[in-house]
Amino acid sequence: MPRKRQTLTEELLTLAELSRCCDVAAEKMLMLIAEGVVTPLGRRQREWRFDVDDVRRARSALRLERDLGINCAGAALAVDLLDETRRLRERVRLLENLLKGVGTL
Amino acid sequence: MDYKDYYAVMGVARDATQDEIKRAYRKLARKYHPDVSKEPDAEQRFKDVGEAYEVLKDPEKRAAYDQLGKDWKGGEEFRPPPGWDSGFEFSGGGYTEGGHGDFSDFFEALFGGMGRGQPRGFRQTARQPGRGEDHHAAVEVALEDAFNGATLALQLRVPEYDASGHLTTRDRKLQVKVPKGVTAGKRIRLPGQGAPGFNGGPAGDLFLEVQIRPHPLYEVDGSDVFLTLPVAPWEAALGAKVPVPTLGGKVDVTIPRGARSGQKLRLKGRGLPAPGGSGDQFVVLQIVTPPADSEQAKALYEQMARELAFDPRARLGGG
Repeated sequence: MPRKRQTLTEELLTLAELSRCCDVAAEKMLMLIAEGVVTPLGRRQREWRFDVDDVRRARSALRLERDLGINCAGAALAVDLLDETRRLRERVRLLENLLKGVGTL
Repeated sequence: MDYKDYYAVMGVARDATQDEIKRAYRKLARKYHPDVSKEPDAEQRFKDVGEAYEVLKDPEKRAAYDQLGKDWKGGEEFRPPPGWDSGFEFSGGGYTEGGHGDFSDFFEALFGGMGRGQPRGFRQTARQPGRGEDHHAAVEVALEDAFNGATLALQLRVPEYDASGHLTTRDRKLQVKVPKGVTAGKRIRLPGQGAPGFNGGPAGDLFLEVQIRPHPLYEVDGSDVFLTLPVAPWEAALGAKVPVPTLGGKVDVTIPRGARSGQKLRLKGRGLPAPGGSGDQFVVLQIVTPPADSEQAKALYEQMARELAFDPRARLGGG
């Protein structure tokens, strides 16, 4: 197996690439955009670019919609709340470690 | 193969109504959905619930399953009795909600081939080119590498089918350049490095999720770095200038007079590099008392006790 060299860079995706990564039609992705699950950078649709993290959010929303029988707006809310929960968990973990460090926990 | 007690999986009675089954499924699906649940076995539980619902929501499958009898126990060795499904007609109505993953051998033995949709990944008809699946992997990065940027040699284990159709794993080596300032949770896409496409279709992508390896000194929050700094009581009381490690090397930090334990000092721009300006390093002070392990140390503590009018419990009413 030859070694492959890849550069990890900040990489942005087009609407077509994002849709393909999530295995949905661009029309469906437009619905996720309308609900704010993913937010394009750039003004006009032709110039839209998406962060790689949008792949995770879009896929998560699509799975929740499919598996839990919720609509697109509900899935958008769930993804936002899950992200917030994750941030808070991370924050709690950090603060607990710091408190352990100063010997007050 | 093991018998599956679908009623037990769903937590419903054998005579539950379709509405009760649906309610139970919705509740369990929310609880164990892999995007939602933190439980380590969530994915398996979610699959089990999906499979149980697949059978119990469909009156035809449920009736056939019920016909096996109620004396079986979950996990018991099971062989379908010959002709067990005679007299049932499967319209194969729906694999709509529950099972998107692989169902168990037990399910396949009972219902396999009865109107089941094409397995995932092979939805295109055989001749059409199809895009390969995306692969996902986590990559652990040392904090120093996140700070400086680095080229890492990654070894990924890739599951694949060999020529005879057996599942094997292949070790795959990739060299990846980690950009300066990469943070935990950042996703990186390597286009075309996922599963190969079929019939000449393009390969899928490889997504790497960055995790920062726990560091013995620092805690990390996004681009900010936290360090607990032990200080002597006199340094905290009188103020001091002390050397503090940062990812970019030692810097002198001024401890303000009258510093408290737990007080946070900010070293602006000493965190991880970030596009909109570097993160900060926060120094959390921890006052450490010297042990009274010599006559001299004891004498000093005794002198303080005598001469300082200090009541650490003033807020609790003193004493």
